[in-house]
Amino acid sequence: MMIRNALIALLAAPLALLAGPADAALRVFACEPEWGALAQELGGNLVEVSVATGALQDPHQIQAKPSLIARARNADLVVCTGAELEIGWLPILLQQSGNAKVQPGQPGNFAAADYVRKLDVPGQLDRSQGDVHAAGNPHIQTDPRNIAQVATALGTRLQQVDPAHAGEYARRQADFAQRWQQAIARWSAQAAPLKGAPVVSQHKAFTYLYDWLGLKEVAVLEPKPGVEPTASHLQGVLSALKGTPVRMVIHAAYQDSRASEWLNTNAGVPAVKLPFTVGGSEGAKDLFGLFDDTVARLLAAGGKQ
Amino acid sequence: MHKLLPASLALALATPYCALAESPSDLATLRQEINSMRAAYEARLEALETRLKAAEAAAANSATVPGATAAPAAAVVASAPPPPAPLTSGGGANAFNPAISLILSGLYTSTSRDPEHFAISGFQLPTDAEVGPGTRGLSLAETELGISANIDPWWRGSTAIALHPDNEVSVEEAYVQTTSLGHGASLKAGRFFSGIGYLNQQHAHSWDFVDNPLAYQAMLGTQFGDDGVQLTWLAPIDQYLELGAEVGRGRSFPGTDTSRNGAGMVALTAHTGGDIGASHSWRAGLSVLHARAKDQELDAMDTAGNSVTNAFSGKTRVWVADAVWKWAPNGNATRTSFKLQGEYLRSTRDGDLVYDVDNVASAADYRAVQSGWYLQGIYQFMPGWRVGLRTEQLDPGSSRFGANAAALDLGNYRPRKNTLMFDYNPSEFSRVRLQFARDRSREGVTDNQFFIQYQMSLGAHGAHGY
Repeated sequence: MMIRNALIALLAAPLALLAGPADAALRVFACEPEWGALAQELGGNLVEVSVATGALQDPHQIQAKPSLIARARNADLVVCTGAELEIGWLPILLQQSGNAKVQPGQPGNFAAADYVRKLDVPGQLDRSQGDVHAAGNPHIQTDPRNIAQVATALGTRLQQVDPAHAGEYARRQADFAQRWQQAIARWSAQAAPLKGAPVVSQHKAFTYLYDWLGLKEVAVLEPKPGVEPTASHLQGVLSALKGTPVRMVIHAAYQDSRASEWLNTNAGVPAVKLPFTVGGSEGAKDLFGLFDDTVARLLAAGGKQ
Repeated sequence: MHKLLPASLALALATPYCALAESPSDLATLRQEINSMRAAYEARLEALETRLKAAEAAAANSATVPGATAAPAAAVVASAPPPPAPLTSGGGANAFNPAISLILSGLYTSTSRDPEHFAISGFQLPTDAEVGPGTRGLSLAETELGISANIDPWWRGSTAIALHPDNEVSVEEAYVQTTSLGHGASLKAGRFFSGIGYLNQQHAHSWDFVDNPLAYQAMLGTQFGDDGVQLTWLAPIDQYLELGAEVGRGRSFPGTDTSRNGAGMVALTAHTGGDIGASHSWRAGLSVLHARAKDQELDAMDTAGNSVTNAFSGKTRVWVADAVWKWAPNGNATRTSFKLQGEYLRSTRDGDLVYDVDNVASAADYRAVQSGWYLQGIYQFMPGWRVGLRTEQLDPGSSRFGANAAALDLGNYRPRKNTLMFDYNPSEFSRVRLQFARDRSREGVTDNQFFIQYQMSLGAHGAHGY
């Protein structure tokens, strides 16, 4: 054992020098920007956060590329959405990382969706229904109340994997929880005029947002989840909207806006691009900015009757 | 919802009374009763909601109480466990069923030359080699059954079973792999595709063309797999650097399955890679494979123009240099993306060769240094639609036949091939592909090859490897 460790140390020493001075910070690998931002809020200087994907990338369609494998290999804690959002790339990434700490079931593996109530849980699992997720809709970050629940669980997890700084994590978490609850109250009040507003979405990415603000999803531009909008399906949506006018059509920053813009041109419905996650717009610099901007954009397009 | 529930309950309870209620006073009494019931239910629901909110707030507070040590944190975790994920498979014994996937594939092949006579000029291929365009007409391609799961906290197992169209079954891969060695190390044992090069490890259903490049067909028996042990190690640095070592029995070309205690194959691999900005990523590597062969039967053409079977015994060393570069705007490959990949293979065979084992059977020293490369680009121009171009060439290189020099000569013709591919992927799980190739593997012969192929996967979600 000693010999093996010495051997590994010997092999790793010159490489570690290349990597720069050793850093004592807890290395957090976040699959999506919202969890990177949350880990930063809760960890501050105690964590070094690396985010695997950007706000302009489709989190379903990521490949286990070399840079991600290298970062997963060195992580102390992996924070992802779960609920099969990363089913195509996270399992193979973790397999190839050779990092025992972050394998599923270990304290170093945190799946946010485990801590919230999931919507759109399919009654029947069949790929003829498109890219459905067995555990339910995985885009949980569009409801700040979910963020609050995940923050509680993640704060606890940070204390567990880095017990030396448990007190600091607990303090930061209490502080965040308080600021977040106040912010939710503010956003909810601001968004009150949106309650009951009928909307169209491009992808079923905003189920939790609608649940929070009471928006009504009248139609979806994708014929099936993950299937590109087709001309005939768009025509169908258009004729359906003749009977039930909607206030806006919503798409996420990472999505191609063409289908939404088409509806905007042909039905006169305002097209709204939501940041979807941290970094998805100028205003969405952090978690607070994400919802400030989301609510502002919704109100700008559909606040008035 | 809250209003609906008491109302419908009340309605259900009231229904039997309706038939009996005849006088207006009876109706009024009923209305009163229903109203009082509704009020009672609403009050109870409100009380429940209040209690729920209080409980939630209490839970949130208890979780945010500063804990100086990990112990209280653990207690919080224990007292408020995450809601268990719903079991998607049935309970009981079947709950531990592994992930199962099935790849279905079929082909229509049309070639201007009979594939029976396919050969690569200047390259002696094993008599049982699976090279060339395969069978003409409509045919079923390989059906692949994949099964994988964690075995216990320390191991994971995976297998890929190939069901061939001629009703034969073969084990493509069957290995166990460690999950908890840590330190970036991973150990694999069993049958697996070697980690050399870029394309070698990929299963046929993730290739970007119907067939593998000529260089792989000529120097690695299309795809090199072996029974053995593989150790890989990822360096603990920000730059991706993976080193691998493999030892195996050398059961397939360029080795032969021979009864021996030692290893018939040794391979070393090194790969590195990374990102350039948000839109670009790359990987490059260098690998070397050593394999031993004994009485390996090879198809060849002698200087008189006769087809003969030779037998090679000796060592083969194959160097593989590989590089791949991928581009997608902002790293989002959903709409458009581009992938450029190329590999260079150089094979050195050293030993002795028996010329024409069935008739002449003359043994002499043999050494051949041969090489080949391919370069391919795949462009996705809109969601689901891709077009690809591949160009490749082989070099028969230099060879020495010793006493057989008069009868054998690998010549200096350079086999080459250009391939155009066009595919449509309605979803991540299905693909229909058209491919046209102009194959000049044989000196003086141009084979125009046309394929229509489908590849579909069902069951467990496939992995997005790089």
